[in-house]
Amino acid sequence: MALDSLLGGFADALTPVNLVFALLGVLLGTAVGVLPGIGPAMTVALLLPATYVLEPTSALIMFAGIYYGGMYGGSTTSILLNTPGESSSIMTALEGNKMAKAGRGSAALATAAIGSFVAGTIATLLLALVAPTVVELAIGITAADYFALAVIAFVAVATVLGSSPLRGLAALCLGLYLGLVGTDVLSGQERFTLGVPQLSDGIDVVVVAVALFAVGEALFVAARLRRGAVQVINHKGSWMTREDFRRSWKPWLRGTAFGFPFGTLPAGGAEIPTFLSYATERKLTKHPEQFGKGAIEGVAGPEAANNAAAAGVLVPLLTLGIPTSATAAIILAAFQGYGIQPGPTLLTTEGPLVWALIASLLIGNAMLLVLNLPLVGVWVKLLLIPRPYLYAGILMFASLGSFAVNADPLDLVLLLLLGLLGFVMRRYGWPVAPAVIGLILGPIAETNLRRALAISDGDLGVLVDTWFSRIVLGLALVALVGPIVLRLVRGPRATPEEVQQTGALQHPVPAGRDRGEEDR
Amino acid sequence: MSAGVVVVGFVPGPRGEAALQHAVEECRRRDARLVVVNTSRGDSLVDERFLQGEDLERLEAQLAAAGVPAELRRPMRGRDVADELAGVVQETSAELLVIGLRRRSAVGKLLMGSAAQRILLDVECPILAVKAPPR
Repeated sequence: MALDSLLGGFADALTPVNLVFALLGVLLGTAVGVLPGIGPAMTVALLLPATYVLEPTSALIMFAGIYYGGMYGGSTTSILLNTPGESSSIMTALEGNKMAKAGRGSAALATAAIGSFVAGTIATLLLALVAPTVVELAIGITAADYFALAVIAFVAVATVLGSSPLRGLAALCLGLYLGLVGTDVLSGQERFTLGVPQLSDGIDVVVVAVALFAVGEALFVAARLRRGAVQVINHKGSWMTREDFRRSWKPWLRGTAFGFPFGTLPAGGAEIPTFLSYATERKLTKHPEQFGKGAIEGVAGPEAANNAAAAGVLVPLLTLGIPTSATAAIILAAFQGYGIQPGPTLLTTEGPLVWALIASLLIGNAMLLVLNLPLVGVWVKLLLIPRPYLYAGILMFASLGSFAVNADPLDLVLLLLLGLLGFVMRRYGWPVAPAVIGLILGPIAETNLRRALAISDGDLGVLVDTWFSRIVLGLALVALVGPIVLRLVRGPRATPEEVQQTGALQHPVPAGRDRGEEDR
Repeated sequence: MSAGVVVVGFVPGPRGEAALQHAVEECRRRDARLVVVNTSRGDSLVDERFLQGEDLERLEAQLAAAGVPAELRRPMRGRDVADELAGVVQETSAELLVIGLRRRSAVGKLLMGSAAQRILLDVECPILAVKAPPR
């Protein structure tokens, strides 16, 4: 059944128009993936206004291409500059940069690109296989169950992303609050509108997302602009040898096995599986002496893991309507912009759209492989763009997009205010992703909570009525309290610098680790 | 120690090498000391004209072997190359500035401006402009 639908999806995705949008998406995605600080979440947010003019299929194909492309692009910067373009590429930098310094940059880039392709393809096929099953399981889900799912997504995202759970939760609450602004759908009451009539429709997601990601980042970069030039390592050297292939294929598959399940979890994200994959490869390798000096397994595994996770994230998004990364949240907002509410019914009501999207992911993946290997030199040239020009362009797009939403100057004021908020969040290490997820998933969670309570006549017991919601809420509680208890028991966690001093971590802590940035 | 100073604006590549070579010759002729300036505005993440790593070591070795007293300055303060060079020339009261030139198209100059032109107009001392030897 899934195969038939997928073939139908290919028929839709292979139209010239959709192919062009897929190509555009992967090109843009790779470009922003290469540039540190600019990620797929910001890019999709900036392009959200395009949903007003584009067909849903074309727009979503483009966004998915950006999402996948970002995962490829991040590896290039990690390997050649030792500055991870994306947070999910941090582990790649450890071995990849060492390989590049040893003159094996080409092999590192190749194993990253091929590993990404292999993992992306397998994981997307898994997505196609798993999605209908998850939908079948989820179709009987009650409003209270859905609320429980949203809660665990909130908790997980807030505690996993970012430098500390407290900051994550605070950022989440900011997002939830911003989502509350506007008219209450059920009672018609105005909330937090400060008497401003334009706010009664709520603050547009485009404005908030663009402000937090684009304006906040632009101000942050402007505030610490003169950081000096980084050295690029030439991607010379021989391509992958047979030996490299032999050492890479198992890490690719193991990375996929880590990445996909973690992506599907409502907190997974792509960082944890890359860490796990790196640790596993380090343990299983037959060349332990090479780790820390440029072991190809250390590039192949994590790079496969982050792409598989990217596909995994689409499972809860397309089957449950639960976004687990910032980019997924903004893609969800794009769905909503078309009046489509992702959820268990999505696959039946919008089947052709979803299958075209999945098919285009497979196509985009192949495009990325073709684009990335020969064009690395071009992507690196992007890093020569003086940042004032780059961010001026981003700010212009941000203002244009925000103004285009309602053609209301108030949106520009909001853009600036929220942009300042985004700057302050970055400055003090508050992760932006939980805020965006709170903003977008918050109203959905609220609707489900209110619906459940309306059915039960206000009895809160309905929230723990089914085993499903009991387990899920229980897990959320553990995720929230567990780390605190553990810390009380074990004492404070060691920072990477401390670990390095004790000699357990032999490689340098990669640059850019302390950015508190997980724009995915 | 003689009072004379020759300043050279160095960029990696043939024109930079040519400029450096001429600057060293001028130093010998004038019995002057050499100040090599390699600068970046530092506002893009990667600046290929700013020497780092192996290229930097190579230049330092080259200077050590040149047989003239040499000093390498690598300012990165967000000022463009013309300002930096003018500053160094003024500070050292240099008697000569050597720069490397490259061919630029009219459109390229219109769009991006010309660093060489700004140096020629802004810097106070005599300037020797050197082209890369034809390949």
